[in-house]
Amino acid sequence: MHGTKILDEADRLMTVCNSCRYCEGLCAVFPAMEMRRAFSDGDLNYLANLCHSCGACYVDCQFSPPHEFNVNVPQTLAVARAESYAAYAWPQALSGAFTRNGLVISVTAALSMAAFIFGFAALNDRSVLFGVHTGPGAFYKLMPHNAMAALFSAAFLYAILALVMSVRAFWRDIGAPIGGRADGGSIFQAIRDAGELRYLHGGGVGCYNEDDKPTDRRKLFHHLTFYGFLLCFAATSVATLYHYLLGREAPYPWWDLPVVLGTLGGFGLIVGPIGLLVAKSRRAPELLDENRYGMDVGFIAMLFLTGFTGMLLLLLRETAGMGPLLALHLGAVFALFITMPYGKFVHGIYRFAALVRYAQERRSEAGS
Amino acid sequence: MGTKYDVLVIGGGNAALCAAISARRGGASVLVLEGAPKFYRGGNTRHTRNMRCAHDAATEILTGPYTEEEFWEDLLRVTGGQTDEVLARHMIRESKDILNWIVEQGVRWQPSLGGTLSLGRTNSFFLGGGRAMLNALYRTAERLGVDVAYDAEVIDLVIEDGMFLAACLKRPINGETEIRATSLVAAAGGFEANIEWLKQYWGEAADNFLIRGTPYNRGSILKMLLDKGVQEVGDPTQCHAVAIDARAPKFDGGIITRHDSVVFGIVVNKHSHRFYDEGEDIWPKRYAIWGRLVAAQPDQIAYIIFDSTVVTSFMPTLFPPIAGQTIAELAGKLGLDPAVLEKTIAEFNAAVRPGTFDHTILDDCVTEDITPPKTHWARRIETPPYLAYPVRPGITFTYLGTRVNKEARMQMADGKPSANMFAAGEIMAGNVLGKGYAAGMGMTIGSVFGRIAGREAAKHARN
Repeated sequence: MHGTKILDEADRLMTVCNSCRYCEGLCAVFPAMEMRRAFSDGDLNYLANLCHSCGACYVDCQFSPPHEFNVNVPQTLAVARAESYAAYAWPQALSGAFTRNGLVISVTAALSMAAFIFGFAALNDRSVLFGVHTGPGAFYKLMPHNAMAALFSAAFLYAILALVMSVRAFWRDIGAPIGGRADGGSIFQAIRDAGELRYLHGGGVGCYNEDDKPTDRRKLFHHLTFYGFLLCFAATSVATLYHYLLGREAPYPWWDLPVVLGTLGGFGLIVGPIGLLVAKSRRAPELLDENRYGMDVGFIAMLFLTGFTGMLLLLLRETAGMGPLLALHLGAVFALFITMPYGKFVHGIYRFAALVRYAQERRSEAGS
Repeated sequence: MGTKYDVLVIGGGNAALCAAISARRGGASVLVLEGAPKFYRGGNTRHTRNMRCAHDAATEILTGPYTEEEFWEDLLRVTGGQTDEVLARHMIRESKDILNWIVEQGVRWQPSLGGTLSLGRTNSFFLGGGRAMLNALYRTAERLGVDVAYDAEVIDLVIEDGMFLAACLKRPINGETEIRATSLVAAAGGFEANIEWLKQYWGEAADNFLIRGTPYNRGSILKMLLDKGVQEVGDPTQCHAVAIDARAPKFDGGIITRHDSVVFGIVVNKHSHRFYDEGEDIWPKRYAIWGRLVAAQPDQIAYIIFDSTVVTSFMPTLFPPIAGQTIAELAGKLGLDPAVLEKTIAEFNAAVRPGTFDHTILDDCVTEDITPPKTHWARRIETPPYLAYPVRPGITFTYLGTRVNKEARMQMADGKPSANMFAAGEIMAGNVLGKGYAAGMGMTIGSVFGRIAGREAAKHARN
């Protein structure tokens, strides 16, 4: 028996699947399962995070509901996955943030945005907030650059610390049989697997969404979202380097690297999340962890909001709307950072760790 | 009178879909009548995993050549010669092209995963298993414009002088309870899920059989055809049967209830007596004989008994083994006489001779002066906890069927070929399989004869 009902169910299913193994060619979950004969909590959390929820094993399973064996791997692992985020959250006192997560995220976002608006208004007079500012340093009329950098660095560093501590706990739990650190080869393999969403391909035909006809739409929207996010992150990083190394202050002209990266990323962060939300709303409910709908939607909405406010700011930065838009954008980014360790964002981190672990296992199996 | 189809396919599994696709590609209008609801569509194909096809060279999914001649020899061995050689050789020849044809219909073979998966030399595995294969065939059929109806139970066939005219439905489809067609392809499976019918040959013992596959293969179409003058083929008691866990559901337990731990211990009946050489042969031959062996034991139940040293030697099982710290405790849990079981195991242990154990070959671990002997892999059962799996006969599919020729055309009892009736799959498997079984042959029979039947049915309809 495991600690939770969902892990008991995951154990039951992995026992069924391990006596069948028809799905072993579909993804990483089943080969990883086959390396075990019994499943600890850590094993099940590992398998749950390896699962990309492509749905192929459900559509292909001769024992899925209404069969009496009632095998629904994608849904069971989705619930187990979400519960694992709370189980490994650091500090544990905040693990409750994963319940009713959509509410937590939206309240945090609203408060952050409001704080920036009121902060700008309180610290400057209203003519500054609604004034037209152009040229280098225009943004810093509203908030000094050093204050901005300090605030966001603190939020970012906290997010990294919390994520590192959470994943450490996860890694220990799933790494027990092998233990130790990850080798470069396994990490590189995992970067490739994660980078192309290798295991969202349903064994080659695409993933399953609203019916039993596979498509690759969800993969495409995820790529837009993920790479959009990375491009935006790169834009911010380049701008920071410009500022401190070259002494060049934002805003930058539209053809300059930070703006080009940010524009491309912003496009991804608008189109990708919309596509993901539509795909999610249409997806067959039997494949989903419906209780965590809010968590997924909350995170996707935050990404969209970040991209959307950023693009608006770019378009309207030479108008009176710049001040409020800057506040909204900074509020969105700030909320995104501080909620990162306590929301859907962590799925990528845990999944990456699981992929590293899988690459290790495959290597040690091939070597033995 | 409503619409008339060129080709009516009764059944919804591998054979039926191969027939429907091939008829449709041959230019015919096609209706598929699947008697089961959508989830259960496809008969036993849902539970399959691979197909045995001849091929001349290794491929990325097969480790080496498997010639027509070798395939034929394997078939000859498992059937003990009870097969229609002309038909079987024709099937084997056609199976070569099926490897490619089935891929053209959207089915995907499982590639090697670099060590995790061991590929076969003789059999190709469906990526995702039989239901994945079936889903691909349905998607292709629907894309080509084949009409499919579920819950479409056929209650009568109108046949005159070996000529199919119409099928009568229990529930109307588009307001019609009678479907007319120019050609018929019957691909509706065997009768293994019809316990009453099994009892005609097996008596009360059939109540203790477990049916591994679909509960919908009740043989109603087969019965109608035989009653209306189609020539029967095969022995009604012959079937593909294996030993499966006695705790499995009555129907549709599928692959996961099987046991292959026989060689790692001994098998006793309800009187705690051994009754057959557990080390006679290697997989897959032994796999296919134990179903019938258990069927011949009292109450059709047996117990595979082994000790804790071999638990990781076979694949993990759906149901956990029943365990006892002593043989007497285990006997108690199994409802066996402890004294007799202790005696049986003691006698067996005393008969075991030292040898070098290797379960991948016919090794030299044997018993002496005991009946029945254990001629390979014999090791003492002496390390607690003692473990057991209760097993019963698990029926996969029956072999009684309709006689066909190389065109998959049904032969009438008077020896004449039918004008427009074709058969494929389990409903005619008895032409090729008089007895015995080797993995993947059911799917070969289905795909090869399905494809032929569809092609010939379309040809007839368009002439």
